[in-house]
Amino acid sequence: MSDYLLMAVGAILVNNILLAQYLGCCPFVGVSKQMDTAVGMTGGVVFVLTMAGLITWTIDAYLLRYFDLVYLRTIVFILVIASLVQFVETFLRKMIPPLYKGLGIFLPLITTNCAIFGVCIINVRKDFNFMETLVFSITSALGFGLALILMAGLRERMATARIPKILEGTAITMITAGFIALAFFGFVGMA
Amino acid sequence: MDIAKEFTKGLWAEIPPFRFVLGLCPTLAVTKTVETGIGMGLMLTFVLVFSNILVSSLRKVIPPRVRIACFIVVIATFVVIVELVSQAYTYGLYQKLGIFIPLIVVNCIVLGRAEAFASKNGVVASIADGLGMGIGFTISLTVLAAIREVFGAGTFYGINVMGPSFEPFTFMVSAPGAFVCLGIILCIMNMFGKAKDM
Repeated sequence: MSDYLLMAVGAILVNNILLAQYLGCCPFVGVSKQMDTAVGMTGGVVFVLTMAGLITWTIDAYLLRYFDLVYLRTIVFILVIASLVQFVETFLRKMIPPLYKGLGIFLPLITTNCAIFGVCIINVRKDFNFMETLVFSITSALGFGLALILMAGLRERMATARIPKILEGTAITMITAGFIALAFFGFVGMA
Repeated sequence: MDIAKEFTKGLWAEIPPFRFVLGLCPTLAVTKTVETGIGMGLMLTFVLVFSNILVSSLRKVIPPRVRIACFIVVIATFVVIVELVSQAYTYGLYQKLGIFIPLIVVNCIVLGRAEAFASKNGVVASIADGLGMGIGFTISLTVLAAIREVFGAGTFYGINVMGPSFEPFTFMVSAPGAFVCLGIILCIMNMFGKAKDM
């Protein structure tokens, strides 16, 4: 149990998927303008990443490794993620419309989120077992969400602040992200 | 259709990722050293050129409704080729780049060019576009990596350039340094006109 707890702390704080491993920067810059979109994106990522992590791990362990097709990993994984996102979108629209309203527009964006694909690859490259994959996928998604929500809070303040003209847009966002990452560096001692 | 213009726009007017702010993950992750920066740039150029060729030659065959899935399969194929070749011939680089080689699949630049350019233009123009964008990306990564490596480790392509008494500014090679450094470069690029926002 303590192993999993350590893994969770590591994935959320110490090796944050976004701030320490640079995965998922595009949606980080794209949807962190407002708090509610950031929360919606976080929900979508937690949901899809957990499912994608488990499904790709299962496929890798029982199909690709069994038939010695590991070189097809990249193609198989990206197809699984793309069709999973499509499936989740259709399923939510038919079965749980309120959730679809909340997450709907973020789902297509998730296909090209490198955090999803990256975590799936890390899971199999580090030879995690099923439980470790589950814990690592959920906590990585939560870490991504934490960074995204922190950023959205800061950017809502920045909207009213006077920023030098040349720093507007992505430039100030990257510099702010740098300082959040610097704060997260304080957690390194916990590992 | 001016081929030279398609080529040169990737080198300055729409240089990724400084002007055309896409594909930030590899930009930040692989620019610790010039070697990995150039390596990633060249791999991306290869994938970009060949996926552009295939997508533009198949553009009349691919049904519009499933085009994104088709583009992703095309891109993934070339990424697997790059992955296997680099594993066989440049194993050191393959290990240093780690998961960022398979991650070229989800690099927004490649899919973006396939969708925005190659699916609408002829093969020759698409090659020019892919080469221009790829070389532009390689230049950007090299510049960013050079700044980070020279200040962060005191070396350039592994060769010591700052002399023995230089105290490395480790902030630059760690994650916060990457974000701040890219932010400052984007700010400098903004002086020459506004970047295309996402």
